[in-house]
Amino acid sequence: MEGMLILALSCYVTGSAGYVGYLLAHKEAAHTFGHAFFLAGVLCHTLVLGISFAVTGHLPVENLRESLGFLAWAVALVFVAFQARYNLKVLGALAGPVVFVALIISLALPPEAHAEPELLKSIWMFFHISAIFLGDGAFVLAALVGGIYLLQERAIKSKSHGFFFQRLPSLQRLDSMGYALVAFGFPLLTIGMITGFIYAQTVWGRWWSWDPKEVWSLVTWLIYAALLHGRMVKGWQGRRTAIIALIGLFVVLFTFLGVNLLLPGHHGQFAIF
Amino acid sequence: MDIVLVGLNHKTAPVHIRECLAFPGEEIPKALVRLVQNLAISEALMLSTCNRVEVLAAGPCASDATGAIKEFLAREKSLKLKDFEDSLYVCESDEACRHLFRVTSSLDSMIVGEPQILGQVKESYRQATLAKTTGVILNKLMHRGFSVAKRIRKETGIGDHAVSVSYAAVELAKKIFDDLLGRKVLLVGAGEMAELAVEHLINHRAKDIFVANRTFERAVALARRFSGTPVQFSEIGRVLTTVDIVISSTGSPDIVINKEMAKAAMKARKNRPLFFIDIAVPRDVDPQINRLENAYVYDIDDLSGIVEKNLSERMKEAARAEGIVDEAVLTYREWFSSLDVVPTIKALKDKMDAIRLAETKKSLAGLKELSEEQLAAIDRLTESIVNKALHDPIQFLKGSGHREGKKRDYIGITRDMFKLD
Repeated sequence: MEGMLILALSCYVTGSAGYVGYLLAHKEAAHTFGHAFFLAGVLCHTLVLGISFAVTGHLPVENLRESLGFLAWAVALVFVAFQARYNLKVLGALAGPVVFVALIISLALPPEAHAEPELLKSIWMFFHISAIFLGDGAFVLAALVGGIYLLQERAIKSKSHGFFFQRLPSLQRLDSMGYALVAFGFPLLTIGMITGFIYAQTVWGRWWSWDPKEVWSLVTWLIYAALLHGRMVKGWQGRRTAIIALIGLFVVLFTFLGVNLLLPGHHGQFAIF
Repeated sequence: MDIVLVGLNHKTAPVHIRECLAFPGEEIPKALVRLVQNLAISEALMLSTCNRVEVLAAGPCASDATGAIKEFLAREKSLKLKDFEDSLYVCESDEACRHLFRVTSSLDSMIVGEPQILGQVKESYRQATLAKTTGVILNKLMHRGFSVAKRIRKETGIGDHAVSVSYAAVELAKKIFDDLLGRKVLLVGAGEMAELAVEHLINHRAKDIFVANRTFERAVALARRFSGTPVQFSEIGRVLTTVDIVISSTGSPDIVINKEMAKAAMKARKNRPLFFIDIAVPRDVDPQINRLENAYVYDIDDLSGIVEKNLSERMKEAARAEGIVDEAVLTYREWFSSLDVVPTIKALKDKMDAIRLAETKKSLAGLKELSEEQLAAIDRLTESIVNKALHDPIQFLKGSGHREGKKRDYIGITRDMFKLD
């Protein structure tokens, strides 16, 4: 298992090198090469997780090591799926390193389990975790796309047509991909939260217990709800939504990590290391 | 046999000389036929554009051919040679090839990298083939030239990025809107550069052109040209809520589109991006509008700045292209010197022998238990078949040496027919 995970990691690293090569040299071949490796990495990583699920009967989120690895996978999966539709070639140079760095950090963390495996085996838990992680993956990518948008917008507004202007795609394409990612992530987050409530009800007999992670998830949900509302009703687009997507990323990361590390609560054990 | 190129271009001759020597396209085939009647010229081709007039020819002796071409130019255009001889450049053999490759690849153009020249060279080659004044040497040279031009366009950035103000505006629009399909455009005022930009936008599938002008009649006339809609000058504010790109080029001394108008428009259009291209001096569009969210303003200086930068970028790419040209000159020279009888006969023999050996080996694989003697007999048999079959063609090639003019044609045909290159 460890070996296959290392193989997946090497594919991610090689793939990211191809993406960065494309960004620097603007050669189509570099991107094709990188993407082939990255796809192989996702496939390999999926196999590892699938086998682990088959063996243990639950998703691998027993500790921060596993959770972070799972998040890396979610980002990689959402990335390749959206890449197929939007073909935003420069995104790989950002998303690729994010995935492999997360995976490296996760592999460096100690493997002791903290969560009770029995708690994780419920079907509600399966949906709760997979929906939340995929949603978070989409939000991470939306923030990266938002960052690229801000770079390109600054290049156009300031009329300095240097390195980025030539290489980055049009504002329109960045904006619609950012929109699509949030529109994909938000329902997943909603489903994840609802299944979480149902699960809490079945195990602890209460829907909501003011656990810090619950509270911060609600904050995350409100931010993205506001973003989508602004886009759909008020016609927000461009710079403003890109900035909100970046703020959203910090809240997502805080909900994912900070809450567990800094505040007590029943989600704590998933992120102990 | 040698290749020469005699001509003049925008660098060596002022326009009053160039226009005297220019040949209209329909006259070229007949003129070429007259040129090759001269014994010093075996093959000829002429390129005549607004920036250059060049004659490319092959002949038995370079200096005779050069003289013949100069005389031809003077006679055809009823000029005195001394009136334009100083403007002429003459390139021979490798230099002639290099010059042709550079012209075809747009390295010698007024605007380096402009794409029209390749089409013009292709057209002049077509005229020469119509007049049947090209042969194996120029045919090969021209095809090599076209593939060099293609390779340079593909492998270097010589044709990348806009080098005209109106095209730079289109490229910017594509960085904002991605696709210009169905984008709406408002043209305020009139002017060559602005109208050209509108045409570029239409070529990129923008549609619904609105035209505003202080004199409504002019707006109507321009709108008809772009199959667009004329609007009153006072209506600009309203039209801003629907269009995506505004090109402004009025003679107005004051600002035509102020920040309040743009602000109101952005609100009404729910923040959809709006791109202002201000070509006018003094400016028509308040530069402060660039600070509004999703509104972008580029004035003439911004666009010229981009063009300048792109031009210097092209110069760098042109240096890389020169390397490709050098390489092509070398390979052409190799081919050219192979056009001798001896290397051709040797290549022909080698090819046949390779076939003979390969086929014998194949057949022998199925024939086991042959004695040494039988193997030797088969070897002799196949060898003599090849020798007998090649005897007449080889004699023919050797004999063609007496008909100097035709020799290269026959050798060229042989090399093509047997794929010896």
